[in-house]
Amino acid sequence: MRPFGYLRPTTLDQTIAALADPEAKPYLLAGGTDLIVRLRRGHLRPTVVVDTKGVRDLRNEIVSVDGGLRVGARVTMTSIVGDARVREHFQALVEAASVVGSVQIRNRATLTGNICNASPAADTVPALLIYGAVANVAGPAGSRRVPLADFFTGPGRTVLGRGELLESVDLPLPKAPVGAAFGRITRRRGVDLATINLCGLVSSDGTARFAFGAVAPTPFVSVDESGALAAGGSDQAARRAALRRLFARARPITDVRGSLAYRAAMLDVMSDRTWTLAATRLTERLRSGSS
Amino acid sequence: MSLGKIPVGIEVNQRSFNLEISPHHTLLDVLRDELRLTGTKECCSEGECGACTVLVNGQAVCSCLVLAVELDGQKVTTIEGLASDGHLDPIQEAFVTTGAVQCGFCIPGMIVAARQLLSSNPNPSRAEIQEGLAGNLCRCGGYSRILDAVALAASSRR
Repeated sequence: MRPFGYLRPTTLDQTIAALADPEAKPYLLAGGTDLIVRLRRGHLRPTVVVDTKGVRDLRNEIVSVDGGLRVGARVTMTSIVGDARVREHFQALVEAASVVGSVQIRNRATLTGNICNASPAADTVPALLIYGAVANVAGPAGSRRVPLADFFTGPGRTVLGRGELLESVDLPLPKAPVGAAFGRITRRRGVDLATINLCGLVSSDGTARFAFGAVAPTPFVSVDESGALAAGGSDQAARRAALRRLFARARPITDVRGSLAYRAAMLDVMSDRTWTLAATRLTERLRSGSS
Repeated sequence: MSLGKIPVGIEVNQRSFNLEISPHHTLLDVLRDELRLTGTKECCSEGECGACTVLVNGQAVCSCLVLAVELDGQKVTTIEGLASDGHLDPIQEAFVTTGAVQCGFCIPGMIVAARQLLSSNPNPSRAEIQEGLAGNLCRCGGYSRILDAVALAASSRR
């Protein structure tokens, strides 16, 4: 690995100043499971790596806030998967975080890192999108809130400007009972990047939200308000047509993980499967009486 | 920006070390080259194979994907730290008993990953053992006996 400098700031202001330094080419280090691979390959050549681990304002915990949960910048996939509140309310996120890498990777990799990496195939992002996650961004000009649906601008690119970082992610609790599910296709069963991935959410108010990854330059989310995707719906043709409208924005490509035609075919298959699982979960949830 | 070495205090296998470390050196580099703990193996260097697995504060991680300077004040356990008072860890004993070791290169990582698995889940199912070791590759293909060894270690602790 090429040499670089290392900073371990203790406050958010110091961190922002280090990232905004016009003399430096800084990269922020959270879990390191992507960054260190790219440093070793020489794809990234920072002058300085700015470590989040000593920053007390960048929290390593999930806190309950008004109307939802706030996931701090240093929270790992393992912590997401093990959190009882996340498991109760954000099942699809738990399913997505459970398949990121291996145990060793999930023990280091952070949710915010998976977001900021901005891979079109990031497994947790479709889940965050269906739940309406909001990014809390901190930077030299202060803080701002960005809906995650507006966060990505291209492969590896986000709205984060010079000196800005993702301080935390807000997960608003669903207003009505919902069922949600994560799905993906990989070449081997585990420890692989997604050929496609997706999440579906079916709400008891009759609407549905689906988000898709690895089929466009950025993950994207679409909403159906026609009622064709309501739980218990029996009109299969209307359902398939509604799902196709939801992924009409997909622009899959051919790459090492799959062909354009395969990805397009799997969008049909996986969106229907994911709807079926999400709708079943909603029905079970309503039957058991919990929200 | 200084590229110089940084003072780091790490506890490795219950011994404290105060080291001067270059920021671009990984935990794996420091374990093998500075501390001469060569039981931890270097293989893919990108977190795919698990040969470099160690415990950081009890959690299995790929030491090739951690900068050593990140670990100031942290506790690291390597394969060399599992035996105590001259006795192998029950997982190590089980690997010997089942003949789970072929060439042996992947085994330190397998055993350390199994150590975290059994610490958090003392009674894993076969599927849970497979998931716990999914980040560890064995190019000899000796997975069956490796899984048997972890199952034996779990049952011998009951």
